[in-house]
Formats: sequence, structure tokens, C-alpha cells
Amino acid sequence: MENVVQRLLKCSTSTFFQLHIVNCTGLGEEGVKAAVATSRLERGKLRRRTRAAVETGVGHREPGPRTRRCPQIAFCPAFCDPDSLPPRVGWIAAGALASIPTPAAHGSAPSIHKHGSSMASNSSSSGGSDRQRIAQQRLRIIAGHLQRPAGDDSALLAAECKDQGSKSDASSEEKTVPRRRQEIMKWNGWGYSDSRFLFNKKGQAEFTGKRYKLSGMIIPGLKEWFEGTFGANLQHKSPATPILNSSAVRPPTLNEAFVEELKSTGVPFSHDAEDRVFRAYGHCVHEIFALREGRIGRVPDLVVWPNCHNDVVKIVELACKHNVCLIPYGGGTSVSSALECPSEETRSIVSLDTSQMNRILWIDEKNLTAHVEAGIVGQDLERLLNESGYCTGHEPDSMEFSSLGGWVATRASGMKKNIYGNIEDLVVHIKMVTPRGVIEKSCQGPRMSTGPDVHHFILGSEGTLGVVTEVTMKIRPMPEYQKYGSVVFPNFEQGVACLREVAKQRCAPASIRLMDNEQFKFGHALKPQVSSIFTSFLDGLKKIYITKFKGFDPNRLCVATLLFEGNREKVLQHEKQVYDIAAKFGGLAAGEDNGQRGYMLTFVIAYLRDLGMDYYVMGESFETSVPWDRVLDICQNVKARIVHECKERGVQFTPLSTCRVTQTYDAGACVYFYFGFNYRGLSDPVHVYEQVEHAAREEILANGGSLSHHHGVGKLRKEWMSETVSNVGIGMLKSVKDYVDPNNIFGNRNLF
Amino acid sequence: MDSSCLLASLHGSDTLLFADMQHRDPMLQKRDEFEDMLEERRNSSDLRYALRCYTPVLYKGVTPCTAGALKNMVLQSAQIHFVIGQVSNETGRAVDDVQEEASAILEEMAHSLQLSTVRFFAFTLSKVFKTLFRSICVNEEGIQRLQQAIQEHPVVLLPSHRSYMDFLLMSYILYTYDLALPVIAAGMDFMGMKFVGEMLRMSGAFFIRRSFGGDKLYWAVFSEYVKTMLKNGFAPVEFFLEGTRSRTSKSLTPKLGLLNIAMDPFLKGEVFDVHLVPVSISYERILEEALYARELLGVPKPKESTSGLFKARKVLSEDYGSIHVYFGQPVSVRRLSQGKVDRGQFNLTPRHIPKRPSEEIHSFVNDSAYGLVRAQEENMVLKPWVLLASLLLQNHHGDQASGRARGMALDELTEQAVWLRDLSRQYGAFLHWPDHVPPPEVVSSSLSLHRGLVTITEGRLLRQAVTVLSCVSYRNQALHVFLRPALLASAVHAASSSSGKRKTDIFNSFSFLRNMFSNEFILCPGATVQDFEEACFLLVKTGALQVSQQEVVVTERGHRTLAFLTSVLDPFLQGYQVRVRSRLRYTEVLSSDLQKNALAALLRLGAVRKIKGYVGFDHPRVPGEFDKAYEWG
Repeated sequence: MENVVQRLLKCSTSTFFQLHIVNCTGLGEEGVKAAVATSRLERGKLRRRTRAAVETGVGHREPGPRTRRCPQIAFCPAFCDPDSLPPRVGWIAAGALASIPTPAAHGSAPSIHKHGSSMASNSSSSGGSDRQRIAQQRLRIIAGHLQRPAGDDSALLAAECKDQGSKSDASSEEKTVPRRRQEIMKWNGWGYSDSRFLFNKKGQAEFTGKRYKLSGMIIPGLKEWFEGTFGANLQHKSPATPILNSSAVRPPTLNEAFVEELKSTGVPFSHDAEDRVFRAYGHCVHEIFALREGRIGRVPDLVVWPNCHNDVVKIVELACKHNVCLIPYGGGTSVSSALECPSEETRSIVSLDTSQMNRILWIDEKNLTAHVEAGIVGQDLERLLNESGYCTGHEPDSMEFSSLGGWVATRASGMKKNIYGNIEDLVVHIKMVTPRGVIEKSCQGPRMSTGPDVHHFILGSEGTLGVVTEVTMKIRPMPEYQKYGSVVFPNFEQGVACLREVAKQRCAPASIRLMDNEQFKFGHALKPQVSSIFTSFLDGLKKIYITKFKGFDPNRLCVATLLFEGNREKVLQHEKQVYDIAAKFGGLAAGEDNGQRGYMLTFVIAYLRDLGMDYYVMGESFETSVPWDRVLDICQNVKARIVHECKERGVQFTPLSTCRVTQTYDAGACVYFYFGFNYRGLSDPVHVYEQVEHAAREEILANGGSLSHHHGVGKLRKEWMSETVSNVGIGMLKSVKDYVDPNNIFGNRNLF
Repeated sequence: MDSSCLLASLHGSDTLLFADMQHRDPMLQKRDEFEDMLEERRNSSDLRYALRCYTPVLYKGVTPCTAGALKNMVLQSAQIHFVIGQVSNETGRAVDDVQEEASAILEEMAHSLQLSTVRFFAFTLSKVFKTLFRSICVNEEGIQRLQQAIQEHPVVLLPSHRSYMDFLLMSYILYTYDLALPVIAAGMDFMGMKFVGEMLRMSGAFFIRRSFGGDKLYWAVFSEYVKTMLKNGFAPVEFFLEGTRSRTSKSLTPKLGLLNIAMDPFLKGEVFDVHLVPVSISYERILEEALYARELLGVPKPKESTSGLFKARKVLSEDYGSIHVYFGQPVSVRRLSQGKVDRGQFNLTPRHIPKRPSEEIHSFVNDSAYGLVRAQEENMVLKPWVLLASLLLQNHHGDQASGRARGMALDELTEQAVWLRDLSRQYGAFLHWPDHVPPPEVVSSSLSLHRGLVTITEGRLLRQAVTVLSCVSYRNQALHVFLRPALLASAVHAASSSSGKRKTDIFNSFSFLRNMFSNEFILCPGATVQDFEEACFLLVKTGALQVSQQEVVVTERGHRTLAFLTSVLDPFLQGYQVRVRSRLRYTEVLSSDLQKNALAALLRLGAVRKIKGYVGFDHPRVPGEFDKAYEWG
């Protein structure tokens, strides 16, 4: 083992980086895996060597689920400032590998040691090592979320455009997102094929697969919640069509001349029915519902997989030449009908899938930027950057599957925007291929006064103007320390008042979200089975304390979930500040578990929707942004409108209508709604759903909410665009479209 | 405005189609059954009733705050802060000073609802009501609907206003049915009554100045006070759309101020919905009947005072028949405003900054107010006496014209009354005619209740001239039933004397008459075509008219109906003509109310002009059209 570390240390050429080794959750015998972050010059070579070293040192082991969830060796940038040393450093020192000399060469060893030993002693006592556990858990989650499906190869190596070389090396097994998505993903539901919720024979809910923290776990409370909330019954199943029937797909209308010329460029393409169906839908409820019933409408006629910017340039040129309609496709996580093929489109429709353009082309440590191909999905981007000790910090809930290009094209927002910013704050440079040619700025200046920012024509253009191919993004060193937290408030009003105050004092943590009572219960129902009696006893005590001793009404209380990030001391300080504010609004700290579960909910919600659909329950989420003084009113009115509309339309059981304040800004907040109902007995449930959603959106607009905070407009919300941005505004957008794409090559007809 | 749409909204959850049918045929309108709430009072202890356990259902199950806490909320609201700042800026007064004024205004205005006072009233009113009235009938289904509404939404109670009794009666009913007690907007006049004013305050009345024109601060405190109570579901807010008691029993044109305030929280998105409940209170005999008649003839209204009230106790010895209180279908402001108001208009300025209502909102509130008063009218219970009064008056006018002996044979009256009963039912009147009793008995018992107005001598009826106006006010109760057909009948009548019976001509006359009388009666603005169609439908249905694409023909048996209908409007027409020239045939045109309305109409039509407090004809013979078409004598 020593051998491994020494060899690794020799590998490290950068003085900037220090190597630290993390004990695998105290399971020293499990062995160690390593990854290294180095300067960009040597990266390719180094990576190979590092991997070799690990393999030699640890030996070939089956990557079992346990190892998979272990935090692995992490390389943390250790800065000269001893205060900023990551806690993991101390923890390593105290762990099984403590005998290895800590390579912290800046004279801070004593403090580290002290630090470490105190932690070690903590960890031996049962409950004291919270921070360690949390750090560990966080690592596990990240590892869980960001686990690669197969292999450990990375596309980071090749900085040159692959189309210059042979394409055979781009075999699909090595990609998180293979060309044939159907190999790992559901065609009529969310996410990976191996991961889904189901009620087992005993009627208990469980989550299959091995990818997530929740995977393989029993969730005892879910059934009761599910039946109680929706009036659903496990006896009444509404199963989906299991297999995609290719014969139901209309044969492609091909533009022969285009296909011929495309062949000569060598860019891979397909008109296989499955490939085409996969790119015809996003994740709106009506789209998934139709697929589950095996109903397939207009789908693209051809799918192309460009490998780099130049491929895209060629494809767009050919499309213009042969008047073919192009629809860019990134991660396919749209919830705005943006991917739907316009029914009035008579030309051949080509889906331009950017998933193979997934490399980080360079990392600039001096300026803290990374230049990345736009097809990369969030989890790959974070994973690859993490390997170099960096992150973008952009974590939309869909980050497992959504792509950088998609974020740019829809003005995405990540849950940690309070620290890192939204996509428009993160982007430094964008390259987009349009029918008129390539648009990009001439430099990487951090801000410019050069007329209206042309980036803002691209941000939010939703694929109507061209394809984003490469983006330079800000990156940050990975946070040293992360901590979840939660606060219980006696009611939603108090909670909102607290969030407002936090925003006013500009001390919002990386993420702060306020869930209403219904959503709190929802989160609670997702609690996995606890193995220890002690934990459940503690939970019981907590509940008694809050409801009986503090007098919170269990049907009114609500919970804010928090995520702090950064330097450990500052995190703790920050945490205190936020909890102090919360206390002024009657908030009680309610532990990290509640907080973490809140965030888990957002990652698994889409999987849960599929479970609902198996039992006549249909659901969707939608969002808005609204000034602070309107937050309470909009939450109350939109929720009430949903209930009201469902009743009017013959929905028998009161729907689930819940919201959370999910982002805070200086001047307002982003509110996220979940809506779900039991559709058993309705002749046209999708129509009912659409009417209710429509009404809910009208209500949002009438209450001063925006048309969308980050989901985008697509075709679903088009009808409100002109009242949203005024007729002149629409005119401006249209004139840009008319100039950039006069023949409507990018003809997905989103936005207007 | 589209009145059929409004009606659809007014009829609650009914589909538009169904409401449309109701609109077309009022006969189909379904109304609830009544229960006499005094019956139980006669059979059990009033004291126990007054002291019983009172546990009303609450808005969203939340216990309302105290009256004191309410005042604090108002004074600390963003709106009051803003206006105080504004007033202080404009007048140069210190903020504290203005703040104090605001506080004083609120002190003067605010109610201090107390259950003990309510219990006291419950006890005394039980005694009083039992002596005065034979029964107080309430539609219990309406009470149930109200109870439901109170739980779900802020509720505004909109009773009709015919008597001082109204608001005591309302609170009494709500207390009896274990519903949340309302807070009531009352005129400052009551404040003048020593002790009683404070009693009313403690039973939930809050007092507003009759006029406060440009007083920004007063307006802000007042509107914020009402809105705060609504938003927090403190209690149902009650006020009178008509603004004051109608002395003529004819609905008054609605006042918009309070309705505007009541709708504001919904329009600004502060509450999901507000439910408006029109309540129709019909008295068989109005306590103030003689008082009103004198007032209309110009005797000034006696000032409200405690001693006056004490002196008026002699009314206790008389029989005032029964009262019918009908709680109408709650009207959702949300539903009412659908497609009429863009709530997004408040998106661009902070909501606490007071703003004059936009044109759109003004006309929405106006239309709604008319619709609500119409809803009150529709559910007004008409007693047989109302029909008798109409007939007697017409006969009286005939007598006067011909100089014949005064009076009318009892059996003739009975025959006509039965005919009119059937006609009014076909027109959708909410007539409370006991069908199991032979008509002559119905007639004589009605007459005996009003023996102060009519007397029977050897089978003939004699009337005293001064009481005509009292009779008129009873007849007026039925006016809304006949109004639209009567306008049409008059239009037909006018047309027959001139060019012919082309439908367009008749419509034009109809429209002119309707326009002229829009101060006089409740005629929803912009609903001329609907009203015309409704009138045509009713007259065709009862076989009085045949209406084709081009022409309108009066049928043989239609003459009686038309004659009756034209006579209904005749006094009003003459009244308006009197304004133009001096001639008098109907005693009732002496009514100050009619004169006031006529003047307002003439002003509006541009026939006269107000010059520095004087009113003069713009041109000696301007209303030529009026004269030409409507010269009857």
C-alpha cells in the first residue's frame, strides 16, 4: 500500500497539488483506489500511469457495490493556508493509513495532527463523528449519483477532434451516454433501465439497481403515503407497454441527397426506429404517458451523432443546402415539449444528438475556466473536473442526464447557484453553429460592454438558432467541506419569512429550500428502512420533541433543507448565522438527515413518477420565479387552484398539490410545484392533466409569477410568450431568428 | 357586459348552459324551501337560547384574532405605512402626528365584537321578533351553503336594505344557525345614538363616515381595515350594496366603494377567492312604511336617536306579518372575474401602493354590483299583498282619471289577483301565495294585515290618498318581475301609435326607455339586447306577442297583459314627463325619489344641465323624442 502512495507521489509533477489519501470509510481492508489531479499538460500521461499504479497496488478486484459506494482516494488541493485544509486530511491522518507521512509540506502538520486525532477519538464514540459521517455520506452520494455505468475510461484524454482519427475508438460501452441510449436507459420512463421503484410481493416499496444511495433499499413508509395521498390501490395497476413496437413507428422520410452527402462526411447516423423514438420525446407527462401506452407520433427521420464542432458545422451546412429540419438533442430531459417534432413540419427532420461531444478540451487553472464540448452531461462534467480537483458547482436536479448545451439553450439553474451562479453567470464563452455560420466572442474577457451581450441571444434560444458546440465555463476548486442541515418551522409563513431574511442578509448557503407540509411528509415517506432500533428510537424522540414539547402542528409544520459548502470553519460559522436567523422565526434545527433526504427527493422524484404511473397516478412539476412579497400568495393560490381545477374536472380524489421555495434571490424566489392525482375513472386523463396545468400556469401569471424560472418555454408555454416579453420583445426575438436562420432549418418551433 | 355569463356565475356551479336556460325561462329557476326559525323560539326558553354554547365553523379552521390585534395589524400594514408617509410628505406634518390620526380614525371606526353583547341581543330580539312577526322564514339550504363558503373562503354578505331591522336580523339569524357573526359596515348616523351605538359596535358594527371624499388617510385606514378582516377570515363582512335603505322598496342602484374594497384582495392575489352572498330580506309589512311615505313627500328623516327608538316602541303592538330571508347562491369573485379582469395588471407596482381602479376593474365591479342586486331581487319573496297593491293602484289611477266612485269590488279584485298571480309566476316571480287556501281568503287576509292602508266597506275597498305611496312601495316589490316585459309592452304601445310594428323600431324604443330608466331600476349596464330578448321570450311564452324576424304582433288575448304591463310603467313615465312639463295625474309622482331619479336621468341624457347648483333645461324643447313618442294622455 505504501508502494502505491509513493509511486503516486512520484507521479505528481505539479507542486500546486498535494496528494492526500482518504480512508475508505474506515474499512482499510477494502483497499484504496486512487485518482490524481495534475496540471493539464501532463494529464493524459499521468492518468494512465495512475490507474496502472492503483491496479498494481490493490490488485484486481471485482467492483462490488460496497466498494462502489466507498469514498475513494481523493486528491485535494492543499493550500498554504492551514485553515483551509480539508477535514479529510485530518481524517486520513487518523485513519488506517495514518502511518504514511502526510505530504502537507507547509508546516501545518501539527495542527493537522491535532485536528486529526481529535476526530479520531470522536469517531470511536458512537454519535460524535457527525461531520465525518456527513463528509462520507456526501462522497457516497456523489459517488452514487455520478457512478459510471460501465468501465472507467474517460474521454478526457483526447483533446483533438476525434473525427480526425478513426471513429472506432468511440465505442459506446465507454460512454456514460452511449449512442444507443436504449442500452442503458428507459424508453418510456425516467433514467436508467436498472433503476426503478416498485412495490414488491410484500407490498413494500423498494428501489432497484445499484446506482443510488437508495438502491436496493426498502422504503417502508412509501406505500401508506402513496395510498393515503392519492387514494391509489396496489390492486389497481396501469402497467406500461413493455416493449417499443418498431412497427408503430412511421418509416422515415429521408432526404436522399442529404443522406448521401452525410455519408461522405463520415459522421455516424441512424434511421433505426428505436434511435428515432428516443429523440422524439422529453419528459412531459403527456409524452411519457403516450409512450407508456405505445402511442408514437411524429418522430425524427434520422439521428446524427457529431463528434466535434467541425462535424456540426458540416451537418448544418448540409442541412441548409438540402433544406432539412434540424432539432438539436442534448440530454433529452426537456419538460416543455421542446423536443416534440412540429406536426406541421413537412421536411425531413434530423435529430442532432450532441451526446458524443463530451470532452473537456482544456482546463485553465490560472483563470479557473474549463473549455468543454457542449454535449457533456452534468455528471460527467462534474466527475471529470472533480478528478482534477475542480467543479463547476452547477447542479440542476437533472444533472445526471442533462447536457451543458441544453443548460445554455434553456438558461438552466443549479441548486447551488447561491455560490456558483446560474448558467448565465457560469458561462464565459460560447460557440454556436448557426445556418449563418459560427457565432462566438473574440476573447475570454470576464465582462464586456460591447452592446447587448450576444450570449444572451444564445442563452435560452432553445435550439431555434443553432447548436451550441463548445462552452468555456468558470470552474472552482472542489469544496473542502459540505454539510447538510434542516430547520423545522411551525408553519410555511414563518419559513418564507426566514428565507426572505436570509436573502436580505445575503447569507444564503449553497442551497436553501423550504418545503411545505405536504412535501415534508412526502420526503418523510421516502425514509429508507432503518436497521438500528436506536435510530428509530431517536426519530421518535425528535418527533415528540417537536410536536409535543414545542407544540408544532404536524399538519402545518414545514422544513427548510440546507446545504453548506466551503471552508470548514466558515461553513460552521455560516451555519450558525443561518440557524440564528431561523430561530428568530421560530425555526428549530432538525438534523442533517432531514436535509439530505430533501435533496434526495429531487433526484428520485422522476423515478417516483414512473411508479405512480404504474398505479393510475400521474404527476408533474413546474416552476416559477416571483417577487418576495408575492411568494406566500402565489404558493397558496396555485396550490388551491390545482385542487379546485381537479375537482371541477371530475378527479375523484383530492390531488397532491405541494410546493417548495427552492431558490432565493435578492428580489424574489423560485417556487417549485409538484402536482399529482389519481386518474382512475377518467376517460382522458392527459387532457384533464393539461387543463389543470394550464390553469395553474394562468394562476401563476395572474399572481405575478414568471412564465418559467429554468424549465424554459418550449412549445408547452409558447402561448404566453408575447404577454411575457411584450410584442416588441417577440419582434426582437423574431428578427434575430429571421436573420440567423431565415429558412427555419432549426425548426423545432420553440419559444414563439 | 355579457349578462348571461354573469348569471351563470351568479348561479354558482351550474354550467353555463343550464344557467342560460334559467335565464331564458325564469319558471325553471329552482328555489329552496323555507323554515320558520321563530317556531322553535316560541317553544323553548329564550334565555337558554341566548346562553347556549356557540361554536361557529371558522375560515380554514383558524381561530380569529381579537378585535384589538386586528387594529394593530391594520396600523402596521404596508399600505397604511405608505399612505402615512405620503400624507406626511404632502402636508408637512410629522409622521407621528399622521400616525396618531390614523389610529384615531381606526378607533372611531372599528367594531369591538363581543359575544356577551350578541347574547344580549339574541335574548331581546327573540322577545321583540316574537311580538312583531308571525314568522321569520329562512332557507336552510342557503344557510348550509353559507356555512360551507365560510369554511373555505372569505365571505361577504350582501343583504338587501329595506329596514333598520336588516342587520340586527342578519346577525340574529347567523347566531341562531351557529354561523360566524358578521362585521357590518354601518353609517356614522348610528354613532349618534347614545349607548345604542356602542351596543351595535359590540355586536359587530363598524362605522364609516357617509362621505370622506378626498381624505386619503381615511380611505386607506377604512379599506385596509375591511381587507384585513376579509383576508384573515376574521368574520364575514356584511354591507349593503344599495348603500342606504330603499324607501320605495325598489332596489337602489348599487354603490361600488365597498364592493371594490371587498374584491381587491382577490384581484391582487392575496386570497384565492372571495365569496359574495346576496341575501334577500322581504318584509310582509315594513316597520317604517309610514315613515318612508312621509320622507318621500318631503318630511325630513327623523334623526337616529336613542329616545326616538324608545318612542317608536309603539310599533311593538302591531302585527307585521312574516319575514322571508333568502340566502342566495354564493358568488365566487374568481369565477365572476374570469375572462373579464386581467389580474396581471398588479404585477408591475407593489400592491400596497394605493391605485385608482383601472377602467377594466371599474366596469367589472359595476357589472358585478348590478348582477348582485339583480340576484337579490330575484330571490325577494312576494306576498299576495304586493299583487293586490299593484291592482288597487292601477284601479285607483283609473278612478282618478274618470272621476268614478273610488274603490274596487272585492270579487273583482280577487279575480284579477288570480290572473296576475299566474302571470307573475310565469315571469319567474318568487311568489309566496298559499295555494291550498282559496283565493278570496288569501286576498282578505292580506288586506286585513294592511288595514292601515286599505279598508273594506260593504265589499268595496276605499283608500286614503296619503297611503298611496305606501302601497306603491309594496307594488314596487314586484316591479323587477315585470320590468323587462313592461318596457317592451310600452315600446310596443308607443310603436302602435306611430309608424308600425317593425321589430327594429320597437327595439329602439325599448332601448330608449331602458336607457332613460336606468337610474330608476336595476338594469345591468350593456345588457340591452339580453333584456330585450328576455322580454320577448316572456311575452311570447305567455301568448301576448308573436315575434317574427321582422315584426312584432300583439295577439288577441295579449291585450290584457299588455295593458297591465304598460300601466306598471305608466306612473314612472308620467313622473319623468312631469319633470319636463307640469302636469299631474299619478299621486305617486310626488315621490321625491322618483323626482331625483328623473332628474338624474335627464342630466345623463343631456336634456338638462347643472349650472352652479341650479338646474335648468338646456333647451326648452329638447326632449322632443320623449314627448313625441311618449305622450299618453
